[in-house]
Amino acid sequence: MSKHDFKQVLEPTPFHARVDEQCMVKNWTSWNGYQTARVYDTLAAEYFAIRSSCSVMDLTPMEKYRITGPDAFTFLSRLVVRDISKLQAGRVTYVLWCNDEGKVLDDGTIFQLAENDYRLCSQHHQLDWLLLSSLGMDVDISQETHEVAALAVQGPTSYSVLTEAGFSGLSQLKPFRILQTNLHGFEVMISRTGYTGDLGYELWTDPANALEMWDAIFAVQHLYNIRPIGLDALEIVRIEAGFIMPGDDFNTAETTVRADHDRSPFELGMGWVVNFDKPYFTGKRALIAEHSLPVKRRLVKMSVTGNKPPADSFLFDGKNGKRIGTINSQVWSPILKANLAMADIEYRNGMKPPEIWAEIYYQKELEWRATWAECRIVEKPFWSHPRRSATPPGQY
Amino acid sequence: MFTPEILASALSFISQGTRKTKYGVQARARAYRRTGNGTVTMIYSRVLRETHRVNMKKYDAIVIGAGHNGLTNAAFLAKAGLDVLVLEKNEYIGGATASRELHEGWMYSNCSYVCSLFRPEIYQALDLGEHGLEVVPLQGSTTFKQDGDYFGSYHQPAVRRREIARHSKRDADASIRFDADLMKWCRLVRGFLLRTPPDPASLKIRDAMEFAYLLKSFYRLTESQIYEFIRFFTMSIAEYLEEYFESDAILAHFSGGSIIGTGLGVYSPGTAYVLLHHAMGDVDGNIGSWGFARGGMGSVSKAIASSFQSMGGEIRTQADVQQILVKGRQATGVVLDSGEEVYAGVVVSNLDAKRTFLNIMARKDLPDELYRRASNFKIRGSSGKLNIALDGMPQFPALPIGSPLTLGHMHFTDTLERLERAYDDWKDDCWSRDPYVDTLIPTQYDPTMSPAGKHMMSVFVQYCPVEVEGGWTDAKRDAFGETVINQIASYSPNFKDLILHAEVRTPREIEAEVGLTEGNIFQGELTLDQLMFNRPFPGYAQYRGPVKNMYMCGSSTHPGGGVMGAPGANAAREILLDMGRENTTPEDFGDD
Repeated sequence: MSKHDFKQVLEPTPFHARVDEQCMVKNWTSWNGYQTARVYDTLAAEYFAIRSSCSVMDLTPMEKYRITGPDAFTFLSRLVVRDISKLQAGRVTYVLWCNDEGKVLDDGTIFQLAENDYRLCSQHHQLDWLLLSSLGMDVDISQETHEVAALAVQGPTSYSVLTEAGFSGLSQLKPFRILQTNLHGFEVMISRTGYTGDLGYELWTDPANALEMWDAIFAVQHLYNIRPIGLDALEIVRIEAGFIMPGDDFNTAETTVRADHDRSPFELGMGWVVNFDKPYFTGKRALIAEHSLPVKRRLVKMSVTGNKPPADSFLFDGKNGKRIGTINSQVWSPILKANLAMADIEYRNGMKPPEIWAEIYYQKELEWRATWAECRIVEKPFWSHPRRSATPPGQY
Repeated sequence: MFTPEILASALSFISQGTRKTKYGVQARARAYRRTGNGTVTMIYSRVLRETHRVNMKKYDAIVIGAGHNGLTNAAFLAKAGLDVLVLEKNEYIGGATASRELHEGWMYSNCSYVCSLFRPEIYQALDLGEHGLEVVPLQGSTTFKQDGDYFGSYHQPAVRRREIARHSKRDADASIRFDADLMKWCRLVRGFLLRTPPDPASLKIRDAMEFAYLLKSFYRLTESQIYEFIRFFTMSIAEYLEEYFESDAILAHFSGGSIIGTGLGVYSPGTAYVLLHHAMGDVDGNIGSWGFARGGMGSVSKAIASSFQSMGGEIRTQADVQQILVKGRQATGVVLDSGEEVYAGVVVSNLDAKRTFLNIMARKDLPDELYRRASNFKIRGSSGKLNIALDGMPQFPALPIGSPLTLGHMHFTDTLERLERAYDDWKDDCWSRDPYVDTLIPTQYDPTMSPAGKHMMSVFVQYCPVEVEGGWTDAKRDAFGETVINQIASYSPNFKDLILHAEVRTPREIEAEVGLTEGNIFQGELTLDQLMFNRPFPGYAQYRGPVKNMYMCGSSTHPGGGVMGAPGANAAREILLDMGRENTTPEDFGDD
C-alpha cells in the first residue's frame, strides 16, 4: 500500500518543474491542494501579457471529472440548470448546478469528448455531489484532475504563439469548440475556452507530455512576449470579463452553514443559464417557486468611482444611508482605469437600489482614512473585445 | 436531626468531655433534652474527631464537591461577593479533572485527559490564564488498521484531505459536506451551552422567552435542515456516517467520538448526538479541536480554585458530606461524616443526580416523583482508563518515520463491526476483548508531566462494565488492563518494555475514588431523554432542587458532561438570580 507523504503539504502539478523555475517571488498558495503561484514576477507585467500579448497559466488544479456511460447525458442534463440538448461531440458549454433547494453548488464547463463521453470541469470538489446525484443511473464518474495536465494560453497573440509552437488547425476553431490535435507525436486536446474574456485556448494532455508542451510554447518566446501568470493576474481579468468565482463571490451551497448564506442562480445574476423548458433538473421546483417572487438580493458587477480600493466595503443606499450590502471581490482595472467590484446587495421589491455608495477605508502610511464613493451597476462585462470570438483569429 | 434550632433549645443540656482511648484523645459531645414528663433523654452523642467546636459560622453558600463544575459555580458566587465554602471528600481537588502523581516523577491526568469543551467565556471571566491555565492544541488523530496501514486525520487541511483521498477519493469530497453539516448542528447546540434550558410547560415570562429563543434558533434553519437535525439527533452514528463515507477505517475513525463515555454502541440510535457533544468544543475558535492542559487536567481545576480563592473563597478537602440538612423545606447546611454541621444560606451539589438525591438527601425531603426519577436516571458506567508511565517513546512502525500522528489521538479499531462487537461484550457484563481505545501521549508537548525523554500515556477505554460476572476483583481489573496493553502492544513492539507503572481504573475504581455513580464520566447518559429541559429530569432542569435554597451544578445538569464548566456557571446564574444578586456569569460570545 502507498504511504502518505505528510511532509508534502501542497501537491506539485505536472508542470511544477517549470513553474518553480520561472516563479521568482515564490509566492505560493493552495489551489485545490496544488502548489500554485499567485505571482511569478511582477503582477502588472503578467496582467498585460494577458491583455497585450500572450500568457500561460497552469490550469491542472481545476477539478476535472470524466463522465461516461449510457446515462451520461441524462445524468448531466438532470445535474445542471442549463439546457444542454444542443451539446455535441467537440463542443463545450458553460453550466452551473444547484442542490434541491435551488442553491448554487458550483459552476464549470462540460466538454463533450465523444458520444456518451464527457468531461466536467469545476472550481471546487464535486465528486461527492456527482456520485450522490448519479445513484440509480448507468453512468461512470471518476475524478481525473491529476490524470490530465492542463494549460491556459490566453491573450491577443495566443493563436500566433500556438501556431508557431507547432499546433495546426487552430484558425477555424470557434469559441467553445474542441480540436483534437497533436504535438511532437503526442495527443493534445485544445479548446477555445478561458477565464480571461480574451482570445485564448486551453490545452489538455497526458501529464507525461506536460513539460514538453510547456517548453514548445516558450520556445517561441523570442517572437512574442510570453509570460507565465499567477492567480492574482487572473483575478483582475476574470472580473474585467464579468466571470463569477464560486466561493469568493458567493458561498457554495455545500459549504454553507448559515441559512440564507447560499445563493440561487437568480440571486447571482445568472438567471440566463436557467432553463425551465427542459425536463426535470435538480433544483427546478425550488427555482420555479423563487422565480415567481421578486428577487431579494443580487450579486452585481459594479464600477466604483475614484481610485481608493473598496476592499471589504459596506454598501449603503446613500451617503450615510441604510446598509444594503457588501463588496465580495474587487480589483483595479489597468485597462479601464477604474475600480471594479462584485457586490452582494439587497433589492427592494425586486428593484435595484437607485443609489449605491461604498464606504471605503484606506491607509496612508499607517493612518486610516475613510471616504465615500458612488457605485454604478454594470450588467454587461466590464470589458470585452471582438478578438475574443473572431474566427479566424487575428494575428495581432 | 441535630439542627441549630434543637441545639439552641437544648444548649444547657450539652455536655462535652474528652477521654483517652487507644486511638488518642477523643472528644465527645452529648446533647440531652428534658421531655414532658421530666425525664432527661440523650438525643445526640457523637465523637468529634477533629474538633469539638460546633461550627457556628454560616456561609452564604456551600458547594458539595470540588470538581471543575463545583469550583466554577463557587467562583461565580464568590465573584458576586458571597462567602462560599467548597467541600471535597478527597484530599485533592478536581474530582474527575485532576492531575495526580501516582508514580514518582510522572503526573497523570488520571480521569478526564483532554480539553476542548471548556467554555472560553468562563476561562476569560475567571481570568484562568492569570491563574496558571494553558491549553495547548493537540494535533490530529490516527486509526491503525489491522492490515498494517493506518488512516491519519492530520491537523494540516491539505495533508488531511489528501490522506482521506488515499483511502477514498469520494470520502475526501464527502468530508466537506460532513464538516459543513456538523458545523450547522454545532452552531445550534453551542448557542444553548451557557443558557438555562427553558421549561416548556411553564408560563413564566422568562421560560417563554427562553423557549422562544430555542424556537428562533430552529427557525434560523431551513426547512430541510430541521428535518435533518431531527434525524441527526435520533440516528446511530454508524448510519449517520454511512450517509457520507465509504471507507471502513474512516467510518470507524469518525464514529469513535460518539461512543466515548456512553453505554451505547455505534449502531445504537442516539449516538450521532454524542459525536456532536465531542465535536462542538474548540481551541481558540477551531471548532472540533482538542487540547492538553499544561500540567494535566488538574491544571484546569487548580486554576479555577485559585481564581475562587483569590476572591475570598474557601476550600476544605477531606470533608465528605453525609447529608444535606433540610428544615422547613429549605436547605440549611450539610453534615460531614465527622458529624460536623456546616450551615449556609444556599447548598449546591456538584455530585451526580443519583448521588445527590439518593445518597446525600433524606428520602423524606424528596417528592416521590423526583425520587423515582433519580432511581431511574440513566448513568451507566461503560469506560475504563489506563495511565501509564513510560521509560521512553513507544514506536508505531505502521507510521512513516517522523510522522506527526503520534502527537494526536491514536485508535486501534478499524471497522464499525469491531466497534459494535466491543459493545456486545459490555452488554454481556464483560470488558471488551477487542476494546476501542483513545490513546494520547501528552508528554510529547508537555515538559511538566514526566522526566525529560520519558513519557506518560493516557488510554481511555470503551467498554468496561460496572459489574463483571462474579463481581470485580483486583485480579480482574488487572486482566482488563492487560487486555488493553496487549492491544496497543500489537501495534507498538517496544511498548510493553517501556512500562514503568500503570494505573488501571474500571468503573469500580472511578466510582470509589471520584464519586461518579457507576463511574459514568458524563454524570448521566447524553441521550435525548436526558438532555436540555429533560436533564437531569423534567421539571428540574433549571438547576434548582426540590427544596428551597438547594441547587445542582454538576454534569448531570444541562448541558451535560465533558470538562465544560457550563453547568457550574449556569447554576451560579440561577442562584444569583434567586438571591437578587448581580449576575457574574458570562454570556455566550456568540458565533455571528
